[in-house]
Amino acid sequence: MDLRYTDAEESFRSDLRAWLAEVLPTLPAKPAATDWPGRRAYDQGWQAQLFAAGYAGVDWPVEGGGRGASPIEQLIFKEECERAGAPYVGTGFVGLLHAGPTIIAEGTLAQRERFLPPILNGDEVWCQGFSEPGSGSDLASLRTRAVRDGDHYVVSGSKIWTSHAEVADHCELLVRTGPEDSRHKGISWLIMPMDLPGIEIRPLTTIAGSTEFAELFLDEVRIPVENRVGEENDGWRVTMVTLSFERGTGFVGELLESMRLLRSLTGLAQRTGAWGDAAVRKRIGALTASFDGLWALTKRNVSEAARNGIPGVGGTVFKLAYSEQGQQLTELAMDLLDRAGLAASGLDGADGQGELPNEELVDAWIKSISLTIAAGTSQVQRNIVGERILGLPKEKS
Amino acid sequence: MDFDLSDDQRALKDGIATLLDGVLPLEATRSAEHRADVVDPTAWAALAEAGVFSLLVPESDGGVGFGLAEGTVVFEELGRVLAPGPLVATTALAPVLPAAAEGIAHAVIDAPGRSAAPPLLEHPATCAAVVVLPRIEQVAEEAVLVPVGDLSATPVERSLDPLTPLASLATPLPVGTPLEGIDTAALRQRIMVLAAATQVGIAGEVVAIATEYAKGREQFGRPIGGFQAIKHLLADALARTELARAAVQSAAVILDDPLVAEREADTLSLSTVQLRWRAVAGAKLLADDAAITNARTAIQVHGGMGFTWEVPVHLYLKRSRVLASSFGTRSELADLLAALA
Ligand SMILES: Cc1cc2nc3c(=O)[nH]c(=O)nc-3n(C[C@H](O)[C@H](O)[C@H](O)COP(=O)(O)OP(=O)(O)OC[C@H]3O[C@@H](n4cnc5c(N)ncnc54)[C@H](O)[C@@H]3O)c2cc1C
Repeated sequence: MDLRYTDAEESFRSDLRAWLAEVLPTLPAKPAATDWPGRRAYDQGWQAQLFAAGYAGVDWPVEGGGRGASPIEQLIFKEECERAGAPYVGTGFVGLLHAGPTIIAEGTLAQRERFLPPILNGDEVWCQGFSEPGSGSDLASLRTRAVRDGDHYVVSGSKIWTSHAEVADHCELLVRTGPEDSRHKGISWLIMPMDLPGIEIRPLTTIAGSTEFAELFLDEVRIPVENRVGEENDGWRVTMVTLSFERGTGFVGELLESMRLLRSLTGLAQRTGAWGDAAVRKRIGALTASFDGLWALTKRNVSEAARNGIPGVGGTVFKLAYSEQGQQLTELAMDLLDRAGLAASGLDGADGQGELPNEELVDAWIKSISLTIAAGTSQVQRNIVGERILGLPKEKS
Repeated sequence: MDFDLSDDQRALKDGIATLLDGVLPLEATRSAEHRADVVDPTAWAALAEAGVFSLLVPESDGGVGFGLAEGTVVFEELGRVLAPGPLVATTALAPVLPAAAEGIAHAVIDAPGRSAAPPLLEHPATCAAVVVLPRIEQVAEEAVLVPVGDLSATPVERSLDPLTPLASLATPLPVGTPLEGIDTAALRQRIMVLAAATQVGIAGEVVAIATEYAKGREQFGRPIGGFQAIKHLLADALARTELARAAVQSAAVILDDPLVAEREADTLSLSTVQLRWRAVAGAKLLADDAAITNARTAIQVHGGMGFTWEVPVHLYLKRSRVLASSFGTRSELADLLAALA
């Protein structure tokens, strides 16, 4: 149990801190939350700056064009970015965190040369086409069909909840290449350019009123066979490779953001007088304990990943615990806002000083509702913990 | 940074687990339920011999010279087997009280103040003396040492935890001898971390017991652990243990290593003094919660069996309440944390 950082890690931190202090004040104004082309451009601009400074793909291996930093440096990178208020990865998420790492691990040389550089320098944006109307938690039941026709796959079916589909250049697409009931054994992983004929994108509106995800209708879309990553019917394994990629740092940005939100709620409670309510103070105290605990757990996961390549038990319980605490945090925010929480747009004087805009807290509350759904629901996470860690009998499947 | 146990810490964990298997098997401990002398002198001497009480005493003073990080490893194991006796107090006092380092049992109680009820002393027949510790909000005051013989103590006929006999103390307490020159805050923090580590041991053990039961007990033609209602209770319990363990170990390292405390204080924009309190308070809050909630969960998973005296889970629940009731209750800790948020 040694929680010190090495001199090299400390100097990585101080260089990064200095660089962030220099560039962040020069960033353009953030686009409106609903302006997706604007958000794409903003995220690309930030990614290009990271690229120029050598901070693109900090966590990517060197052979993929990344910095090859250790999980501990990744932790420092995310910690300093959050501390300085740097932009989030945003629409670059799928490319940088899923598609890119998958192509590094499983792609051909030609695929790596074609697709990796534009992810790193921000030129191209990706989306993820895994979920289908009939296949969510039970992803292995997916039915979007790909039929070989010479050197193309002809793909028909539909995908749903595809985040950022409208502004994406490519989609990491899971398709059925095996028999209908082949489940895990008949899935392939394809790269689908989003401008191919036969793709219809129908935006879906979230409960926040945003069109951040969409439904994709695929009607005989012709995807070159050379866009397949991994062997035919081996796509399930290819997908799993990425899942262990984040090595314990997947939620660090969100966690630190939550910790900052908790601090600002303390300030809000003090300004509005809610602090006089012992129940409010105790909720803040208990959340402080939980988030500090999650931070400690993150460090443990990261050091396990540095040692063994995967974050271990803590990695699996983290998502479960973080999702629940994240929701309790925003529930507190709404309680503190009181009736100002009924206004989803800015309300002058909502907190006495206009420091914490009510609309941001309301937005954080709404977004947090998806924490227990997206990327594996909490029920499914509990099944995983119960079965893979505690060794309890499996569900029927 | 490496949060994992070092090889030495792993060896320590295995060593203490093996020792406890030999000298404090739960069946033996249980044979003393509701007795005033539940602490078996032979087992206690074996713990002293193994260095449990002199664990935190520097080698130059004849101790083992370990830090709290190792302390959490040892106390988690003690929690797992429900080792009886004033273990946390004796080990935490040892660096400032040579008699404790030698294995003479000592108790620590919070200075009276919080409730109207009389102060309760744990293991009155075992302890030679008691240290009265100023309450968290008065940590600048001195701790005082009172020989148990000077106290007016009335045994409690039946204690909730049959392995923690109690005596109620008449107030005001005798004046006692001030423990001069000791860092009262550091003493309280040591106690909190060791108590929290014991709770983590409890939290982990009850999940292990209940998981075994859920694999073996069948209803409706299948093991009850296959039902999500049971599986999910246990998954949440495991998450509570892991979260608490990370927090407790992190707090221990923060107390052990000033460089780590400085780095972490910088991250959270706190002073190192504030950071230490925040780390130990958060750790104990999560550990108390994990132990109590997991023990209740484990009873639920056992159904009617869980409500029997025979199944040991209730003993873990009762011990978790003993540990949660002093050196910062969940409510006091939440207040302290809010002030440091
Ligand atoms: C904001 C957001 C963004 C997303 N972005 C993407 C994206 O970019 N690309 C993509 O492919 N997908 C995306 N998803 C989809 C996401 O992965 C799925 O919503 C999720 O896996 C759940 O699937 P489902 O919605 O079909 O729910 P279902 O699987 O139908 O689940 C409904 C309910 O049943 C429960 N349930 C299901 N199976 C079990 C079981 N075995 N045991 C117990 N309970 C069970 C679930 O927990 C849930 O409560 C996104 C989702 C959200 C909310």
